[in-house]
Amino acid sequence: MIEMQNVYKTYPNGVVALNDVSVRIKQGEFVYVVGPSGAGKSTFIKMMYREEKPTSGTIMVHGVNLEKLKDSKVPLLRRNIGVVFQDFKLLPKLTVYENVAFALEVIEESPKVIRQKVMEVLELVGLKHKVRSYPSELSGGEQQRVSIARSIVNSPKIVIADEPTGNLDPETSWGIMELFEKINSRGTTIVMATHNREIVNTIRRRVIAMENGKIVRDEAKGEYGYEA
Amino acid sequence: MRLSTLQRHMRESVKSLGRNGWMTFASISAVTVTLLLVGVFLVVMFNMNHFAKKIENDVEIRVHIDVTANNQDKQALRAKIEKIPQVKEIRYSSKDEELKRLIKSFGEEGSSFRLFEQDNPLSDVYVVKTANPVDTIKAAKKIEKFPFVHKVNYGQGQVEKLFSTLKIARNIGLVLIIGLLFTAMFLISNTIKITIFARRREIEIMRLVGATNGFIRWPFFLEGLWLGVIGAIFPIAAVSVVYYNIYKFFEPKITIPFFELLPFNPFMWQISLLLLLIGACIGVWGSMMSVRKFLKI
Repeated sequence: MIEMQNVYKTYPNGVVALNDVSVRIKQGEFVYVVGPSGAGKSTFIKMMYREEKPTSGTIMVHGVNLEKLKDSKVPLLRRNIGVVFQDFKLLPKLTVYENVAFALEVIEESPKVIRQKVMEVLELVGLKHKVRSYPSELSGGEQQRVSIARSIVNSPKIVIADEPTGNLDPETSWGIMELFEKINSRGTTIVMATHNREIVNTIRRRVIAMENGKIVRDEAKGEYGYEA
Repeated sequence: MRLSTLQRHMRESVKSLGRNGWMTFASISAVTVTLLLVGVFLVVMFNMNHFAKKIENDVEIRVHIDVTANNQDKQALRAKIEKIPQVKEIRYSSKDEELKRLIKSFGEEGSSFRLFEQDNPLSDVYVVKTANPVDTIKAAKKIEKFPFVHKVNYGQGQVEKLFSTLKIARNIGLVLIIGLLFTAMFLISNTIKITIFARRREIEIMRLVGATNGFIRWPFFLEGLWLGVIGAIFPIAAVSVVYYNIYKFFEPKITIPFFELLPFNPFMWQISLLLLLIGACIGVWGSMMSVRKFLKI
């Protein structure tokens, strides 16, 4: 569960990214965050895994008050949150297997468990046959699947995605969305910032629309609502 | 920490050396060049210091006793000299002994001094040494004023010059070595910074998936250590081989008084260990300095 109360964020250069944002996202929900560029979507998302700290207001994730969370405990928070980006953020010199295993190695999982979990999750995203490939040998869609596999390999309760289909063609995007739905169906909360109106209007889920740092619309099974 | 984690850190640090081939080469070269210079400086410095100590220890005060002094006066003078706090040892040398020494020091021509054996014009002498050679001058000035002292001789003028020269030489050497080490540290820190900059993505992802700062630091710590240690190998080998040959070649031929090289065996081990330690320290320091700013949350 993610809960924000009266969150404000002003960057040091004076830009107001969030202006009194309050929201509640229940465990297992699938939420789109939409809005024009510069509306504060990315900042909103970054608050959840404490990449950014709010200027004021409280944020609770799984009952933990992020304001009071010590810097040294941030890694523990992140182990419960998977993050997926538009540009995949894979390590080019590691194979598919190594890229996914990376997430478990850094939390000091035993090699046996790592092997088992990585293979499991690669099967889920449909890339079991490409374990030895390098990211440069994969298509964009396949790279995003690896990145999703990495984000869910330690079974986080929340997956946060910042425009995961932004770099992909429409057809590939649908495949990625299917994958997110599959993950969501297993009880994982998904928060996804997106510009893709077709997806939002077809796979109907909760939509949080942002403009100028404020939430202007929040409806279950909502629409994209902006002219492209 | 799990054993498998330590193994991972080891593996990662070694792999990273290979992956960043040219940068690794650059860092190691920086360490190598610096340690080579530092090594040569250290060897010269230690030998010079050794040489200086030998000269300093040879500095002594010769107190010529007045001919009118009887045995009692001599004893009193000795007691007075011994009371000076800086004085470490005092030795009596009669005028006959002094003459023998003189004859000996002139070698073959010295035999002409034998004429004086019948009627020795020299005076009896107390040879005084101070605990710290630098105190020689002070002690000599005090002794000069004691009764029954005919003359005090400690190489006036030359000793002062010698001491000030040695002091300057030591300080210059020390400043040069410290300067060199600092240059090396910045060189290495910068080179590693470039390799880390290329890997900021890796660090970013590590932080994203919940690695602790300690965990992220480990491979970099080890990498810095390897860079320093590998960089120290060549300078240690080069300095040792060259010193060994210099020692073997020159040591039997050196006839300048006081001048002797430090023997190869304990000295080169100490220098090698010191270079290895300096290498490891600058490697680790450089690496830790560079990774620091990427770890801020």
